[in-house]
Amino acid sequence: MRSWKYVLSKLFKAVVTENKRLIKDHYLLTLSPLKKIKKNRPGNFFMISVESGLDPLLKRPFSLHRSTKNGFQILYRVVGKGTTILSNKTPGDILDVIGPLGNTFPVNNKHRNILVAGGLGIAPIFGLADSIVNSPGLEQPLLFYGARTGKEVLCKKNLADISIRPVIATDDGTAGKKGNIVKVLEKFLKSGSINVNEYSIYACGPKPMLKALSALTNKLGIKGYAALEQSMACGIGTCLGCVVHTTRGLKCVCKEGPVFPLNEIVW
Amino acid sequence: MKKKTITLKVNIGKLKLKNPVMTASGTFGYGREYAEFFDISRLGAVVVKGLSLKPRQGNQPPRIVETASGMLNSIGLQNIGIDSFIENELPFLKKVKVPVIVNFFGDSIPEYAEAAAKLGATKGIHALEMNISCPNKQAGWSIFGTDPRVTSKVIMAVRKATSLPLIVKLSPNVTDIGLMAKTAEDAGADAISAINTLTGMAIDIRSRKPKLANIIGGLSGPAIKPVALKMVWECYKSVKIPIIGMGGITTAEDAIEFMLAGASAVAVGTGNFINPAITMEILEGITSFMEEEGISSLKQLKGEAH
Repeated sequence: MRSWKYVLSKLFKAVVTENKRLIKDHYLLTLSPLKKIKKNRPGNFFMISVESGLDPLLKRPFSLHRSTKNGFQILYRVVGKGTTILSNKTPGDILDVIGPLGNTFPVNNKHRNILVAGGLGIAPIFGLADSIVNSPGLEQPLLFYGARTGKEVLCKKNLADISIRPVIATDDGTAGKKGNIVKVLEKFLKSGSINVNEYSIYACGPKPMLKALSALTNKLGIKGYAALEQSMACGIGTCLGCVVHTTRGLKCVCKEGPVFPLNEIVW
Repeated sequence: MKKKTITLKVNIGKLKLKNPVMTASGTFGYGREYAEFFDISRLGAVVVKGLSLKPRQGNQPPRIVETASGMLNSIGLQNIGIDSFIENELPFLKKVKVPVIVNFFGDSIPEYAEAAAKLGATKGIHALEMNISCPNKQAGWSIFGTDPRVTSKVIMAVRKATSLPLIVKLSPNVTDIGLMAKTAEDAGADAISAINTLTGMAIDIRSRKPKLANIIGGLSGPAIKPVALKMVWECYKSVKIPIIGMGGITTAEDAIEFMLAGASAVAVGTGNFINPAITMEILEGITSFMEEEGISSLKQLKGEAH
């Protein structure tokens, strides 16, 4: 058996140090755990209780946005009861958290890494970009970033700070190219000067985007991975609620993911 | 207050437990995941995810929906199968030295009996919990848990197949749970688990479709606690065999209520999802309550509200 000290480190209380509204319904939550927790890596997620009472009952899964000196950040959008309550938290509030959970993006040290984010998919993708930029010997990653509008393009300053200039596409054309980010990526990959065997793709975003991306990477024979999202109760692989179809059968997003090879996901 | 020696020991038939707090099947996997959060050997027993002779894939996603103070699930009895459990999971539980109660089910009376015989012949299993009441199976299966004649037949067949302590997990989706408990007792059950989930559903008003792919699911969590408590109360009135109470327990107070209604032991289910170490908090809370009340044995609580 492992020691108690290790055993308890995935279940902790964290104090809210900041809960900032970025735009409309998008927020950036900074948490500082009240004890030492396991090292976070891009792709990992946390289960967070937004309320200590019984309604809402379950913890909510949130992907790691980035690690900070005293903790970590979560980038989220208000979509329902849980995130509405979360958006009202103020500095000093204490939340129950489990994590870090799940697997990580298997970054290829020899490849040029292409990151693809759709909407709030930038949450884990920014953390991945940050980690690649800060890994000695890795080439600067390319970022393809799609959003609904120019206003919803997040992390602009943080990306500039790590010298990443994203290729942007928006649905309404208010920033970058008008249209679909996967189409923009396809054009880039087919531009002729590229040897697809030297590239790996890491993505997070809405299902239609990931589905299109998976069709593209399968067609071109590029290795790709995507972080998936699914409702879950436990986050640790026991409720079996968060399964997705893969070529290897039904798999739990929480335990066998959230990052899956794009060519294994059955859409 | 004068200091008394407190014992948390309970007997479920021949099964002797060091304390009354166990896990509800389907919420604790095969124990491994929770060992990262607390010393699972401190549990009264681990009740593992329901097993069948062959592995099962379960239902299509989406499989869970949160509801007010509860959740619906339609996992559909996904499991690794008895053989894989014995080979890959049981050795871990044996090493931890925690009593293991294996929840199991079959598609027919002979399958139930075969599964029980196989599990009964395996070293390191302390008791069997027979699932006759999962709401997540195709039509027709619920007959094992709702038609007293069939319930009696399937329990008798299992009883013949194994000498391990036999716990029968009852469905709340019946008219008279007291009758079902009595049926189980008469057919040879050593104990009753009450209750399994209540059937329910949720609808997405935008898509106008049920939220679960399976349409209906089993409701669990604090939302069902008053219903579960009343059903344990009724079982206690109709049988002499021990009752393991469950249904929405998240605190020591909840657990004590179930004991006062007649439960000898309790199982925690959905609570494990909210706080992976919740069973330890409940265990400590029961001990504190006994100290405060000057109670030395759980016998002083069992059925005391009647």
